[in-house]
Amino acid sequence: MADLKARIAKRCAKEFKDGDFANLGIGLPTMVADYIPEDIMVTLHSENGFAGIDAVADASNVDVDIINSGGVYVTALPRVKYFDTAESFGLVRGGHVAATVLGAMEVAENGDLANWIVPGKKVAGMGGAMDLVTGARKVIITMMHTQKGAHKILKKCTLPLTAEKCVDLIITEMGVMEVREDGIWVTELHPDYTKEDIQAATGCELHFDPNMKAMEEE
Amino acid sequence: MINKIMTADEAVAGVKDGMTIMVGGFLATGSPEVLMDALVRKGVKHLTVIANDGGLDAGQPAGEFAAKTARGVGKLLEHHMVDHIIASHLGVNPKLNEQFAEGTLRYTLVPQGTLAEKIRAAAYGLGGVLTPTGVGTPMETELDELGRKKKVVEIEGKKYLLEMPLRADYSFIRPSVADKFGNYYCAKATKNFNYVMAGAADKTIIAPEKIVEIGEIDPDIFAVAGVLVDAIVEGEKPWQI
Repeated sequence: MADLKARIAKRCAKEFKDGDFANLGIGLPTMVADYIPEDIMVTLHSENGFAGIDAVADASNVDVDIINSGGVYVTALPRVKYFDTAESFGLVRGGHVAATVLGAMEVAENGDLANWIVPGKKVAGMGGAMDLVTGARKVIITMMHTQKGAHKILKKCTLPLTAEKCVDLIITEMGVMEVREDGIWVTELHPDYTKEDIQAATGCELHFDPNMKAMEEE
Repeated sequence: MINKIMTADEAVAGVKDGMTIMVGGFLATGSPEVLMDALVRKGVKHLTVIANDGGLDAGQPAGEFAAKTARGVGKLLEHHMVDHIIASHLGVNPKLNEQFAEGTLRYTLVPQGTLAEKIRAAAYGLGGVLTPTGVGTPMETELDELGRKKKVVEIEGKKYLLEMPLRADYSFIRPSVADKFGNYYCAKATKNFNYVMAGAADKTIIAPEKIVEIGEIDPDIFAVAGVLVDAIVEGEKPWQI
């Protein structure tokens, strides 16, 4: 499982270009930062208040005025810019964030996303997720393809939405999928799986791009 | 001449049962602890709290480091002082879900960016804000914090939600540095809601970590105008981990 998550994070890291300003969600998306190539400059957004997250802090360098959006004490890059919540989400809604990477409970074939609430369960809240998937120029979902076998990529979401038609790209351990006007297209398939395998693990019809290639691990 | 400096107990003396308060901070980083302590001492009840989240509970891990006591809004929840919380995230402090289950606390969720803009609209005299965030989600169909239906406005073919201003009786804010007139700034990631909340309430109370003389530091460093500040309280300390 850890290896599969690392596979997803490594592949996602290839989506970034030199100079991008991006937001990584909590969990698997946070792992993406470890694989961003050294030779490009990507500035990571911490929506609670800055652009330029660096590593998690330890007892030697902790500053109680710097947490990330998960409440973890972190450090900041020399090029950091701190801002308040209004400016932080102005940057998001204004389309100044190149990409946001986050997990999903459900994604529909038209790009609808559900990842913030399961009715009847513990109340958590959307935090900044609705703003991020509405405002970021590209929404990338990184997740395991199914929830212990239960489909997560569906014809239609059953859970309350985070936003409509917002997902651009889905990266799972099985492959890479683009959400296009006419549905979900597999552009990369991992060599461990066949077209039949990925279709069987998906709750809507998949299209296979004529130029589909093997999902690269490195 | 006006003197805004007073004790925390004096600053919260006018807070009454049933009032609406705003509290700065993000998971309690940037929350004015001396003002929360004063509210607890006053024992005021049935508050409506506007904040990003419910702060932290005693003994709860805050990232790598445990909070020894409740922090920020967590102090008010610990003492059952809140009837309604208006926030973007309620999953961290376990007191929230306990009190939802007991039926003593209700909540209104607002997306984080929308929450900031609703508060800013109140402070800056706007009739509301139009945001694309929440279109097609429960934010469009559920009633707002005052039980009003949301309006959907279409502009050049794109849908927006009309989000109404969010005001309070009191705003409680934690600057890193303020002068004795109330001009202030918040360091690093403690800014969060501590700028937009100034002036979005009838009374704006600040608890700076450091208070300087008027003219002592370069005025260009201040982010928020002291004209918005009604009271300045001493004694706020850097958080100890």
